[in-house]
Amino acid sequence: MFKKVILYSFLILTGLMTLAPFIWMLSASFMYDGHASTYPPRFFPDEITFYQFDNLFSRLNVARNFLNSLVLSIVVTVISLFFNSMAGYAFAKYRFAGREKLFKLLLSSMIIPAQVTMLPLFLMLKEMGFINTYMAIIIPGLANIFGIFLIRQYAMSIPDSLIESARMDGATDFQIYRLIILPLCVPILVTLAIFTFMGTWNDFLWPLISLTDNSMYTLPVALANLMGEHTKDPELMMAGSVITIIPILIVFLVLQKYYIKGIMLGGVKE
Amino acid sequence: MKNAESKLDKYKTGVSAAYLFLAPALVSILVFFFIPVISAFIISFTDFDIYSLGSYSNLRFIGLKNYIDLFNNPLFWTSLKNTFYFVLVASPLSIFVSLGAALLLNSKLVRFKAIFRLAYFIPVVTTLVAVAIIWRFIYHPRFGILNYLLSFAGINPIDWLGDPFWAMPSIILMSIWKNFGYNMIIFIAGLQNIPEHLYEAAVLEGANGWQQFKKITLPMLAPTTVFISIITMIGNFQLFAEPYVMTQGGPLNKTLSVVQYMYQEGFRWWNMGYSASIAFVLFIIIFAGTMLQLKIQKHSA
Repeated sequence: MFKKVILYSFLILTGLMTLAPFIWMLSASFMYDGHASTYPPRFFPDEITFYQFDNLFSRLNVARNFLNSLVLSIVVTVISLFFNSMAGYAFAKYRFAGREKLFKLLLSSMIIPAQVTMLPLFLMLKEMGFINTYMAIIIPGLANIFGIFLIRQYAMSIPDSLIESARMDGATDFQIYRLIILPLCVPILVTLAIFTFMGTWNDFLWPLISLTDNSMYTLPVALANLMGEHTKDPELMMAGSVITIIPILIVFLVLQKYYIKGIMLGGVKE
Repeated sequence: MKNAESKLDKYKTGVSAAYLFLAPALVSILVFFFIPVISAFIISFTDFDIYSLGSYSNLRFIGLKNYIDLFNNPLFWTSLKNTFYFVLVASPLSIFVSLGAALLLNSKLVRFKAIFRLAYFIPVVTTLVAVAIIWRFIYHPRFGILNYLLSFAGINPIDWLGDPFWAMPSIILMSIWKNFGYNMIIFIAGLQNIPEHLYEAAVLEGANGWQQFKKITLPMLAPTTVFISIITMIGNFQLFAEPYVMTQGGPLNKTLSVVQYMYQEGFRWWNMGYSASIAFVLFIIIFAGTMLQLKIQKHSA
C-alpha cells in the first residue's frame, strides 16, 4: 500500500510537471495585456477574453502563417508518402543488382546531419528561383530515408504468394502496388503520415533559412519572429503558441496509437 | 524467403519496374541530399561569401583556410564547448529520466497507464519553438512561475536565462522536459520484450527488486540503451531552436551552439565557405561520437 502511494505520487507529480506549462499557456492566452505579467502570477484569467487571438488574426495576419503551415504539411506528407512507399516496396519485394548495397548506403547516410546540406540546398533553390516559395519546403521533403526504411520493413512481411497470384492474373506492377501493397500497408502509411506531417509542421531551421518573407513564414518561424518584437507580451505570445500547438495536438491525440507504434518500430528493429 | 523471391524472378517483370518504383525517391534523395552533402564539402574549401553569391566568378579555392580560421576562432571554441556541455549533461540525464518513467509505467502496481503515458508524451509532439516561448516566460525573473514556486522554498529569484551560469542548465531542463517521453516509449517497448520467466526464475532464487533490475533488466535493455544514447546524442548535437528563441545564444555567448554559429556565419553574414566548414566539423563530431558508442557497446557486451 505504502509502495503504491509513493508510486502514484511520483506519477502524478511528473504528469503535473509535463502538463502545467500547457495549462498556463492556455490560461494566459485568454488574459488581457499585462495580466500574465504580475507578481504573484495569475494562474487563471480574471475574465476570459479573445482579444489576443483577435489581435493575431486581424492585425498580425497569423491566419496566413497558419495556412502556410497547413498546406505545406499536407503537400509534403502526400508526396513523400507516395515516393517513399514505392521505394520501400521495391526494396522489400524486388530483386535487382546492388539492392542490399544501395539500401545500406541509404541507411548509413542517415547519420549525416541535415544542417550539412542546407547551404548548398539554399544555393540550388536560389538558382531555381524557389527561395521564399512553397517549393523551398516541398523539394527537400519529397522523399526521406527513414520513411523508405519504415515501409520496407513493413512490406517485407507481406507474403510473396499474394503478389505472385496477382501477377498470374495479369496484374501490372503498378496495379499490384496500388491494389495490393498500398491497402495492406495502411497502418504503416498512417504512422509515416503523422511523422511527416508533424515533422513539417514543427520544423524550424530550414523554413527560417528558406522563407524570407512574413507572408511566407510557417507558424514556428512567424512565432519566433513575433517573439522578437513582443518579449513583454506573454498573453499575445501564448495565444500564438496555442494556435501553433493545438492543431498538432489534435492530430496526435486522434492518431496516437499509430504514432507510438512508429517509434517502437524505429527503435526496436535497429 | 529466397525460394519465393527467385520464383518472382521467373516472371521476368521485376527489374525494370523496380527501377521505376525507386526512381522518384532515389532521384530526389540524390539531387537534394547527396549532391548537397558533396557540394558542402567542396564549398568548405572555398572563400564562398556574399560576393560569390552575386557572381560565382568571385569564388576561389583556398584549401584548408576555413578550417584553420575556424580552429583559431575563440567563438567557435565557445560554441563547441557549449554544445558539448549540453550534449554531455542533457543526454545522460534525459535517458535517466526516460528509464525511470518507463520503469514506473511498466510496474504491475500501476493502473491508468495509458493516461500517464499520454501526459508524459505530449511535450514530444508539440512545436519546439512554441514550447521554448512558453518556457521563456516560465523562467521570467520577475513574473515567472518557476521563481514564484521556488519562493515558497525560500529561494530568491534567479534570472534563469539572463545569468551566464544558469542559462545553459535552464535550456537543459527544458529540453529534458520536452524529450524524455520519446525515449520512454522505446524503453517501455524494450522492457516488454524481456521474457517474464527470467524474473520468475530470479524470484525463486531469492533475488530482490534491485538485484533483478541489475542482473536482468539492465543487461537485457543494453541494446535499447545504446540505440537511445546514439539518437539522443545526435539530436542534442543539433541544438538550435531553444537558444535561438530563449537566449539568442547569450548571455555572454554562454548558450551559443555550433548550429547557431553555423547559421549566423552562413545565413546572416553569408560566409558560406566558412559556414560549410562548421557544418562538416559538426558532422565529423557526430560520426565519431556514434562510432565511439558502438565500440563501447561491443566492448562491454
